[in-house]
Amino acid sequence: MVACLQMSGVSLEGVRKSFEGREVLLPTDLAIRAGERLALIGPSGSGKSTLLRMFIGLVLPDAGRVRVGDIEVTRETAPLVRAKVGWMPQDGGLFPHLTAAENVTLVARLRGEPEAKNAARLRELAELVHVSPALLERHPRRLSGGERQRVALMRALFLEPEVVLLDEPLGALDPLVRARLQDDLVTVFDALEKTVVLVTHDLAEAALLAHSIAVVHGGTIVQRASMRELRDAPAHPFVEQLLGAQRSLAEALA
Amino acid sequence: MSGRGVASLVLVVLLALLAPARARAAGSGPLRIGSKRFTESYVVAEIACAVSRKHGVEVVHEQGLGGTAIVFRALEQGSVDAYVEYTGTLATTLLGRETGEPAALREALEAKGLRSSRPLGFENTYALAVRAADATRLSLRKIGDLAGHPELRVGLSHEFVGRADGWPGLSARYGLHPTVMRGLDHALAYEAVARSEVDVLDVYTTDAKIARLGLTVLEDDRHYFPPYDAVLVYRADVTTRAPEFAVVVRDLEGSLDAEVMRRLNARAEIDGVPAARVAAEHLGVAPAAGTPSGSGRRTLSAGLLASVARHGPRHVGLVAVAVVVSSMLGIPLGLLAFFRPRLGALVLGLSGVFQTIPSLALFCFLIPIFGIGAMPALVALTLYGLLPVVRNTHTGLASVPPELRETAQAIGLSPFERLRFVELPIASRTILAGVKTSAVVAVGTATIAAFIGAGGLGEPIATGLSLGDVAMILEGALPSAGLALLVQAGFGLLERFVVPRALADVSSSAP
Repeated sequence: MVACLQMSGVSLEGVRKSFEGREVLLPTDLAIRAGERLALIGPSGSGKSTLLRMFIGLVLPDAGRVRVGDIEVTRETAPLVRAKVGWMPQDGGLFPHLTAAENVTLVARLRGEPEAKNAARLRELAELVHVSPALLERHPRRLSGGERQRVALMRALFLEPEVVLLDEPLGALDPLVRARLQDDLVTVFDALEKTVVLVTHDLAEAALLAHSIAVVHGGTIVQRASMRELRDAPAHPFVEQLLGAQRSLAEALA
Repeated sequence: MSGRGVASLVLVVLLALLAPARARAAGSGPLRIGSKRFTESYVVAEIACAVSRKHGVEVVHEQGLGGTAIVFRALEQGSVDAYVEYTGTLATTLLGRETGEPAALREALEAKGLRSSRPLGFENTYALAVRAADATRLSLRKIGDLAGHPELRVGLSHEFVGRADGWPGLSARYGLHPTVMRGLDHALAYEAVARSEVDVLDVYTTDAKIARLGLTVLEDDRHYFPPYDAVLVYRADVTTRAPEFAVVVRDLEGSLDAEVMRRLNARAEIDGVPAARVAAEHLGVAPAAGTPSGSGRRTLSAGLLASVARHGPRHVGLVAVAVVVSSMLGIPLGLLAFFRPRLGALVLGLSGVFQTIPSLALFCFLIPIFGIGAMPALVALTLYGLLPVVRNTHTGLASVPPELRETAQAIGLSPFERLRFVELPIASRTILAGVKTSAVVAVGTATIAAFIGAGGLGEPIATGLSLGDVAMILEGALPSAGLALLVQAGFGLLERFVVPRALADVSSSAP
């Protein structure tokens, strides 16, 4: 189990959060095993983004504990945690003044990683996520939406993090690009065996990318299960609503 | 050469450009005789300089330091050692009223470590004048003589009509009730009297045109007008630094009557003879070395070239140092304003306040602290340049999208790294635009710095204004406008190096 030693599970224990007197997160528990992929799904404002941000200290809980591997996430340990976690936001979050390659290697360069090593890693990842060398020299605004997300994924994976967090990574893409990227993400994650937490509002995407799904509603997790279990035994009215909202093509044609 | 190497080289060059100014600000060296910005002040100062040289006192003429507020402060502060002032003005400045007993004046001056000579001989005050022919025909000698001739048409400058101590008081004192009285522009009044459209006008007693038009100045026999006797005011320590200066003062006392002064003013103002030459002619000595000899006007293009060569480097130096300093202060202040919003409001407010202070006023405030010359000018220019830099730094940082800010944090950049590698590069275009604004403003404002002896392209503008010489004004105004354009273009070039290419393209091709 050598591989397992390098991987970390993550967990939230009784975390709570209020913003300006409004409770956005009721006491919530969530544990994700090393190598597990979990999707947080729920409507906007349900608190799923807040949950995700807690893992790297972008949001600190008012109460409760957050763990990444054996580190408890606090204001002080947040920099340490971020070094072990890859982050991929909705629109890629690429810096407009840097080329794709510069974006991907920024942190590595700042940490003084040898240039040759960075170059090798860049080639390796570009191949893995299907980004051509020519694209790497472009600035973000000369990349398509899908290309940007691939570059953002390269950046998230560059320093071989134990955990990868994705915040609605494919939300802004057109369906064809999105489908292709979903397939590639599955391939990449299967190959790398990372611990993955992703936020999405698409149940099918969650089912495709993740092993299990946590449905967030009204500031807490109302059900956490595999897709099959959710479908067979919805534990909350909102889960039923969510399932009911996923129309199939056949249904639309009927 | 590294960027830092270039930057320090630039700084050294700039400081070298300003070196003469700083050397001059030091305490000892030649005596500095100041003058205000009008012909008479130039001429009398040149006479004082020439007399000083005759007695072996080394002097320089700090010419055209603007109005009383500036020259008097410069004298108090020690940036000039002597200048010619009028007793009425001294009384107003020191005692808060126009008339003052000589003893009271002396005491007030003494308290500031200053002394005054006895009157130089001429007065520059309001008076009434008539054509010499009329004076002879009607035997008019005194203002009182006008009372018997209400048929004489009176043309008065608007200011004189309006002032309580002008016409209303004067006519009451002398019982004057002319049948025709008109308000005229002061310059036009001379024309009007020459063409016999009016017969009596108000004048300043040493106006050059009195001599040229052959007017007779009527005696103020009832002493209605306060005395505006010209005197030399000087720092008390001057006589210890240069004992011969006491002789100079004695020589000057009583040496210039109104008649002579009018003639000298006319030589300078109407004939366009340089003040130093007028002074030399009057004293029958050779002009000091470096005095321009020609009495004719130069062509504009020759004047422009000479002006650029003479004042350009200083102007560029002033602007460059001010811009460098306001950027070095303004960018950190802008950062502070962004990261500490409450303090930021204060910083932005304060630098905004500086912008609202009229530049001449700001220069005046700074004289007691920094004296005259380049130093107060640099401080003022820097303060003016601060707001655009601070505000644009703040705006530029605020324009960084919050998602990018969060991403920078999420991928593990430290606060410094976020600033250095993400926020500042994204804000760089806006920040540079602020520096550009600051530089263009400085090019314009620096022309006003000439009023406090900082030199630069404002020098010919200010002198031209006081002499009514449009060509001379243009010699300063055109190059400074050109410099402003050059600065704009220069920043366009600089943008290519400072602003990341990808960002520079964005705004030029964005819809």
